[in-house]
Formats: sequence, C-alpha cells, structure tokens
Amino acid sequence: MKITVTINGQAYTEEVSPDLLLLDFLRAHGCYSVKRGCDTSNCGLCTVHLEGKPVLSCSVLAVRADKKHVITLEGLQTEAAEFGAFLADEGGEQCGFCSPGFIMNVLAMVRELEHPTEAEIQAYLAGNLCRCTGYQSQLRAVRKYLAWKQEGTP
Amino acid sequence: MFTAQQYVRPASIEEAYALNQKITSAILGGGCWLRLGKRRIGTLIDLSALGLDSIEETEREITVGAMVTLRQLETSGALGQSFGSGFARMTEHIVGVQFRNCATLGGSLAARFGFSDVLTWLLALDCQVELAGAGRISLAAYAQMPHDRDILLRLILQKNGRKAVYESFRNTQTDLPVLTCAVSTLDGDLRIVLGARPSRAAALDGLSLSIDADAAAKAAQAHFSFGTNMRASADYRRHLAGVLVRRAVTQLQEAEQ
Repeated sequence: MKITVTINGQAYTEEVSPDLLLLDFLRAHGCYSVKRGCDTSNCGLCTVHLEGKPVLSCSVLAVRADKKHVITLEGLQTEAAEFGAFLADEGGEQCGFCSPGFIMNVLAMVRELEHPTEAEIQAYLAGNLCRCTGYQSQLRAVRKYLAWKQEGTP
Repeated sequence: MFTAQQYVRPASIEEAYALNQKITSAILGGGCWLRLGKRRIGTLIDLSALGLDSIEETEREITVGAMVTLRQLETSGALGQSFGSGFARMTEHIVGVQFRNCATLGGSLAARFGFSDVLTWLLALDCQVELAGAGRISLAAYAQMPHDRDILLRLILQKNGRKAVYESFRNTQTDLPVLTCAVSTLDGDLRIVLGARPSRAAALDGLSLSIDADAAAKAAQAHFSFGTNMRASADYRRHLAGVLVRRAVTQLQEAEQ
C-alpha cells in the first residue's frame, strides 16, 4: 500500500507492507532516537507524537500514519535539549536508552497539562520504564524543568 | 507479531462486515493486543474511516464509538459529568498514556479479555452495544457471547443516574490486574462486578445498598468463582474480592448519604 507520512515536517511517500510497524518505518528514515525496547507495548521507549499525541510506535502500523504528521525526538531538538539538560543535572540519565521515549512523553505532558500535580506527573509518565534510575532523579528533573518553564528560572 | 497480506479501510459498515466474514480477516482496533500475536491475517480491516471515533451525548444516552481510545474515555468531560471519576479510575493503570492513546474501546470490549478493566467497569453501568449484524444487545449478553464474525460499532450508555465506583489491584504498577471490581447503585439496588478472577467479568445483582459492607463482601466471595494463574492464587483473589468489594460498597454508601 502506498502511504504518505510527514516525519518532522518532511513528507515521505512509499509503498509499505500492511504489517509494517511505524517504529520500523521511522527508523528506516533515519529516526534512530525511536528505540525498540520491550516490543510488547509496555516500556514507552518507542514514544513518538502522532498528530500531536504521544503513542507507542511499536503498536501503530505505518499504514495508520498515512496522511498524518509524526514528530520524533529529532524534530524537537530545542525542547529536548532544554529538558535533557535538567535530566543530566539530576542524574536522570544513566544508560540513556529510555531517555528519548521519556523526553517525548514529558514534552507531550507539558503540552497537554498546564500545571500538572505530582500525582498527574507520575500518572502521565507511568508508561515509561527505566531500569537504571529508580525514577526519583527523573521526577526531580521534571519538577525543575516545569518550574523553569513556568517561572523562566532554573 | 502478526502478518497481513492486505490492508483495507472500508468506507461503509456493510463493506467492513462483508470483509470480516472470511475467517482469515481481522478487525484492526488499536492493534496493541493483535500485534502481540502471530496470526497470519489475510485482510486487515481498519475501521478508522467509519466515524466511530467520537463520544456523543443526548439527554438520555452517551454513545461511544468503537474507535474511541481509552485516553478519550479517561479525559471525556461528558463521561466524567455523568459517571464521576470512574472512567478515569478504570483506565489510569492501563500501561501508560501512550498505550491508552492507541488502544480502543472496541478492541478492549470485542476481545472480552478476562483481565479487562473496561469490561468490568462498563458491566456496572447500564449499557448496550451496537453490532453491525446483530444490532443492539445488552453488554451483559455480549460479554457472555462466544466470539463471532460480527463487528462491534458503538457502546450506548444510559444516563439514568446510576452511581458507580471502581477498584482494582495490581502486583506492580501498569501490570495486568490481579482483580478488578466495580460496584454500582440505582434506586437503592446494589450491583457488584468482579473481573480478572482471572476469568471474564460478571455481575452479581439483587443486593441492596443498605446491606452491611462486610455482608456484601461475603456475598461476592461466595457468588463468584476464582482461579489461579501466574499473578495470584484463587484464595488470594477471593480474599482480595472481599477487600475491594467492602471498600467500594462503603464508598458508595458514604456518597449516597
């Protein structure tokens, strides 16, 4: 089937197999930030924004993204670098394998929730698994990033 | 991962229904569960062009399309206004926001998974489902039916003032539940629904809201069957049933006072 998917602002038209995952389509187009983790729709490593919403690209077929816009970490480099600095400062990035998916979901949360509470932050990010940090350093980074966004001061 | 030879996005319900009569066809909901299997699918039928992705409210009913995502259920103002926080409580532990932006109501209901939070919660409300072939039937009847080649199109929720609360227990955050529990009341009656026992959710009707919470818990423990799987033993589930039912009944009684 021929599909046209806009990845980070650039349209790609291609013939794809009906069972091709969006994850594989994106990686085939150079978006290596999109990681294959658990491959069972659980870990959040493959998170991308589809029409502005965070989704698991390991669970979306490429054909479902036809005529739609997909944003990966490569397309949000400024915001990713801003939050990434907080993540690094708080030791929230150790092996770093989960970081792209985590950052994509944090950026989705910032767009969706205006002033998220602690409980809302934890609920929103529950689908991003990390085997290194124990989450506390990541949550510190999120809180400091949100404060910086809201007040304009680190 | 499944394989599919052909992908079709039908423009009408009739076309989708006709395509799905072939045993090698499969309906594509969110795809989250389907992708875990290894089916060799002939025609993958995507319902996303049939306008089934909205929540519509009238004076008496709320109609939810089969392609509405679990995240839409979680954040819907209309559902929140009519049924309180139950939809949000029921969905909040299902993996994560990204998963819930993919998984659909139709996929969750049509599969009739034993572990389904969605089926447990909805059985506590007064609902019907609309099927492409069989038309409207009660959700309770649908929940007991064997799988066939019909297509679930919509869920119709009655806005009759039924109040419900939801409880579940998981061994770890975002895992499948060990037990799910929904309890509801309308005009003084009491309905208890238990799922993930680990078998499919079912309801116990005929109790009164004025019943002592301990007595309700014991009635549920005696009425339902419980089984053992890798998540918990039957005895543990029976104990949990008592705890969750007591908790839910108490919440309802306090809310009604």
